[in-house]
Amino acid sequence: MQEEISKELFQIIGPEDNEAEKIARPRVSYLRDAWRRFRQNKVATLALIILGILAFMVIFGPAISGYSFEEMDTTNRNAPPSREHWFGTDKLGRDLFARVWQGGRVSMIIGLVGAFVSSFVGCIYGGISGYFGGRVDDIMMRIVEVLISVPYLIVVILLSVVLKSKSLGTLLLAMTITGWCGIARIVRGQVLQVKSQEYVLAAQALGVKPWKIILRHVIPNVLSVVIVAITFDIPGYIFGEAFLSFLGLGIQPPNTSWGALAATAQSMYAFYPYQLFIPALMIALTMLCFTLLGDGLRDALDPRQRK
Amino acid sequence: MDKILEVKNLRVSFNTYVGEIRAVRGVSFELRRGETLAFVGESGCGKTVTAKSILRLLPPVSAEIKAGSEILYKGENVLQMGQKRLQRYRGNEVSMIFQDPMTSLNPTMTCGQQIVEALMLHKKLSKQEAKAEAIKTLELVKIPDPEKRFSAYPHELSGGMRQRVMIAIALSCQPSILIADEPTTALDVTIQAQIIDLLKELKEKLGTAIILVTHDLGVVATLADRIQVMYAGQIVETGTAREIFYEPQHPYTWALLSSVPGLAERSKQELYSLKGTPPDLIMPLECCPFAARCEYCMKVCRQQMPQVTNVTATHNVACWLQHPHAPKVKPFYERGLSHAQQA
Amino acid sequence: MHNKRNEEPLVEVRNLCKYFRQGRSVLKAVDDVSFTIYRGETLGLVGESGCGKTTCGRTILKLYSATSGQVLYKGQDITNSMSARELLAFKRSAQIIFQDPYSSLDPRMTIGEIIAEGMDVHFRYTPAEKQQKVRELLAKVGLTEDYANRFAHELSGGQRQRIGIARALAVEPEFIVCDEPISALDVSIQAQIVNLLIQLQAERGLTYLFISHDLSMVKHISDRVGVMYLGSLVEVAPSKAIFAHPLHPYTQALLSAIPVADPDFEATRVRVKLEGEVPSPINPPSGCKFRTRCPHAIKVCAEQQPPLVEAEPEHFVACHCWQHLYGDGRK
Repeated sequence: MQEEISKELFQIIGPEDNEAEKIARPRVSYLRDAWRRFRQNKVATLALIILGILAFMVIFGPAISGYSFEEMDTTNRNAPPSREHWFGTDKLGRDLFARVWQGGRVSMIIGLVGAFVSSFVGCIYGGISGYFGGRVDDIMMRIVEVLISVPYLIVVILLSVVLKSKSLGTLLLAMTITGWCGIARIVRGQVLQVKSQEYVLAAQALGVKPWKIILRHVIPNVLSVVIVAITFDIPGYIFGEAFLSFLGLGIQPPNTSWGALAATAQSMYAFYPYQLFIPALMIALTMLCFTLLGDGLRDALDPRQRK
Repeated sequence: MDKILEVKNLRVSFNTYVGEIRAVRGVSFELRRGETLAFVGESGCGKTVTAKSILRLLPPVSAEIKAGSEILYKGENVLQMGQKRLQRYRGNEVSMIFQDPMTSLNPTMTCGQQIVEALMLHKKLSKQEAKAEAIKTLELVKIPDPEKRFSAYPHELSGGMRQRVMIAIALSCQPSILIADEPTTALDVTIQAQIIDLLKELKEKLGTAIILVTHDLGVVATLADRIQVMYAGQIVETGTAREIFYEPQHPYTWALLSSVPGLAERSKQELYSLKGTPPDLIMPLECCPFAARCEYCMKVCRQQMPQVTNVTATHNVACWLQHPHAPKVKPFYERGLSHAQQA
Repeated sequence: MHNKRNEEPLVEVRNLCKYFRQGRSVLKAVDDVSFTIYRGETLGLVGESGCGKTTCGRTILKLYSATSGQVLYKGQDITNSMSARELLAFKRSAQIIFQDPYSSLDPRMTIGEIIAEGMDVHFRYTPAEKQQKVRELLAKVGLTEDYANRFAHELSGGQRQRIGIARALAVEPEFIVCDEPISALDVSIQAQIVNLLIQLQAERGLTYLFISHDLSMVKHISDRVGVMYLGSLVEVAPSKAIFAHPLHPYTQALLSAIPVADPDFEATRVRVKLEGEVPSPINPPSGCKFRTRCPHAIKVCAEQQPPLVEAEPEHFVACHCWQHLYGDGRK
C-alpha cells in the first residue's frame, strides 16, 4: 500500500492560507434558533396552535353563530345543543355559542391587557431597582414586599366599592394594582445578573452612558425572561377574572365572560351540565395552553440551552 | 506489566440538530497497572469524552458510542456490562475526579458522609467501619485534622481542600484506575502544586493507574509516565513522557510544546502560535486532521489519512512525515524560528 | 523593549485602597498599593485568585471608585470628580480586555455592533466610515469581515477574545488593562492572543497592565512584574530580575510552583513548598500578610507590615527578612 503513493505527493506545501479564519457552520440567528427549539417541543407547539384557534374563534365566533350574544329567544330557553344553537341556549334563551366566544373576548382581553400592563409597570420598577441597586433597591423592594402581602380580593372589593363601578376597567385596575410585583421581582433579579456581566462593564469602560447601557444591553437580555413571565401571567389573570365574576364581583350582565357564564350555569348544572361544562372547559384549556406555551418559550429562549 | 484497560477503536458521536459531531474517531490505547497515562490536547479534541466513555458517563440520549468500539477492563467489555455490574465497576474499580471541586461535591452532605456513602455501597462496610476508613482516607490525602473535617460541609472548605476531598472519595474504595479530568485547572498555582505533589505521592504509595486528562503540559511533565497527544478526536502521537517531550515527531506536538513559554526564555520574543482553529468535528475527515494548520503539510496529507508508524516500541505517530518518501524535517524550534514566524 | 522604554510615567498609583463592604465586615481587596506604569511598557500583575489584582485593574480604570489613595493618569488624579469631558477623554484613552470571552460579549449584539459601540461614544463617524473601521479592526485581529454580522455564540473562545481586543482598540486607546485575557483559552490560542498583543504594542506604542495568574506568560510579555498577595504588593521588579532572583519568599514559592513542561527538570527540581491556603481577605493576618505561610517568618513579621523598599535599583520588595535571606550573599 505504501509503495503505491507517488513520490511527488511528498512535497511540502505548508498550511492552508487561513490567515483570516473562515466560519464553517451556517449562520444561525438568535430568533431562528429559538424558533427551531420551540418547534421541537411538540406539546408547546400544540398549545400554540390551540391558542391560535381559540383566538380566531374569540374574534370571529360571535359572528359565525348568526345570533347576537344579547338576543333573547324566550320560546327557546335552556335548549340543549342542536343544529340551530350549537352549544344550546341559556335560561333567557340566548345563544350560548355566541355568548361563549363573547365571554372569551372579555377573558382574553383581561388576560392579555392585565399581563401586559403589569409587566410594563413591573419591568420599569424592577429595572430601576436592579440597575441602581444599593439603597434605592432596598427601599423599592421593601415596598414590593408590602404590596405583595395584601390579599388581592380585599383590594378588588375595596376598589369596586370606592369607585362604585364593576366595569372591565375597574376589574383590570384592581387586578394589576398589585399584580406587577411578581414581574418586578423577576426583572430585578435578571437585571442584577446582566449588570454583573462583563459586557456591561466593558460598555462602562468605553464610556457609554447609563441609559444607553440599559437600552442596548440590559433590556434586550432581560426581554426573553419577561416574555416568558408574561405568558405565565396570562392564565393567572384569566383565572382571576373568572374567579371574581363567579363571585359576582366581575363582569355584569348582559355582558359576559367565561367566569360569569360558569357562575350563572352552576345553579342549574344538575339539569343542564353543558351550560357549565363549556365555559369551564374554555377556561381550563386556555390556562393550560398558556402555561405550556410559557414552558416551551422558556426552554427555547434560554441562552444556556444554545449549542 | 500487564494491561488492565484496553480501548480499541473507540468512536463516539454526539447527535445534535446541526448534524452528527464525531467527537472521538477511532481511538485505541492501553493502560498498564500502576502507570500514569496523560491525554493531552486542546479543548474539543475528545480527551474528556474518551475518559468519560471509559466509565460510560456520557449523556445517554445525545451521545452514541459507535458499534465496533471496545473498552476492555481486565478483559471484560465495559460497553456490555449490565447496570449492576456497571455500578460495581464505577467507583469500586475505576473512579473519576473532576475539574471543578465546587460542583462535584454534594453541598448538603458533609465530606465524611460522602466518603462513607461510597464505602458502604461498594465495600459493604458497617457505618462504624466506614467512618474509620473514611478518616483514614482523609489522612491519606493529607487533610489536616481529618476527624474535624469529616463533619465539615463542602462550602466550609477551600478549593484545594475540596479537591482533596474529591480525591479521597475517589480513592476510598481503592480503585485500580483513577481518571483525573483536569484535576488542577481550577486551582491556584501554589494549591495546584500541592495537589500535583499529592497525586504523585499517592501514585507511588497505592500503585493506582491514573489517566490524567489535561491541557497543561507542565502538569503532564510532572506526573505522566506515558503521554497520548490528541487532536480532532484522534490520537496523533503516543509515547513515554521523555519521548514526547524530548523527541516529539508529530508537527502538532511540536506546536503544542513550543507554544508554552519556558521559564528560561527571553521575554517578548514571539511565541510559536498555530494559525487557525481545529477542524469542526461535524465535518467528515478523509485526510490528516492537522493538515490545514501544519507547516509541513504535504500533498498527500490532504488526500489520505496517515498511517500509524512505530518510531520505537513505545512511540507511535500518525503522520506522513514518517513515510520513507517524505523529506526529513526538523521541528522549527531546532532550526530557529520558521519562515512563517520570522515575518 | 526595556531599554526603549520611555521614562515618562503614564499611570501612577499611590496608596490605592479599595474596600468592599460585606455585611458587617470589610473586605480589603486592594490595600495600600503603589506603583507606576511608564509609557510604552507592560507591567505584569500576578497573584493567586482573590489577591486583588482584578479589583486593582478595575479601580485604575475608574470602573470601581477607590476607597482612598490616588490614581494619576497622565498626571491627572482620576479618583477625584472629573468633568464629563475629562471623563470621556479618559475612558477613550484607557481601555480594558476581559478574562471571560463568553460573558464579555453581549449575546444579543452582532460582532459589528459590539466593535462599533465605543466609536458611537467617542467619534462621529458616518455609517460608511464606521463599517470601514470595523472591517479594518477585524482584519487587524485576524478575522474576515464576514464576522461583522455574526453573533458572539457562533465564535470560538479565541475568536471572541480577539473581538474583545478589537472593541478596546476601536476607540484608539493608549493604555489597556488586560485582565487575565488568556486564562480561559487553550495553550495554542493563548499564544495567538499574546502574540497579537505584543504586535499591537509594537505598532501603536500601547501601554499594558497585564493581569494574570500565569507567571510564565506574564514573564513572556512584561517588562516589569508586580506580585500581589492578599491585596498588597509584595514585590515589583524588572521581569528578568524577578525570575532570576526573586527576593520575596512568596514570589519564590509562586515561581517554584509552576509546573514546567520538561520531565527531567521536574523530576530533579526541589520545590519551595507552601503549606496551607491563602487566608481570608476579610480578616487578614496582622503585620506581614504572608507570615502565616512564610517559611522564614520571624517575630517582627507579626507586628509590622513591611514597607515596599528598593532592594536593588528598580527592584522593590516588601519583606522584613530579605536582607537576612539574600542581602549578604549577593552584595
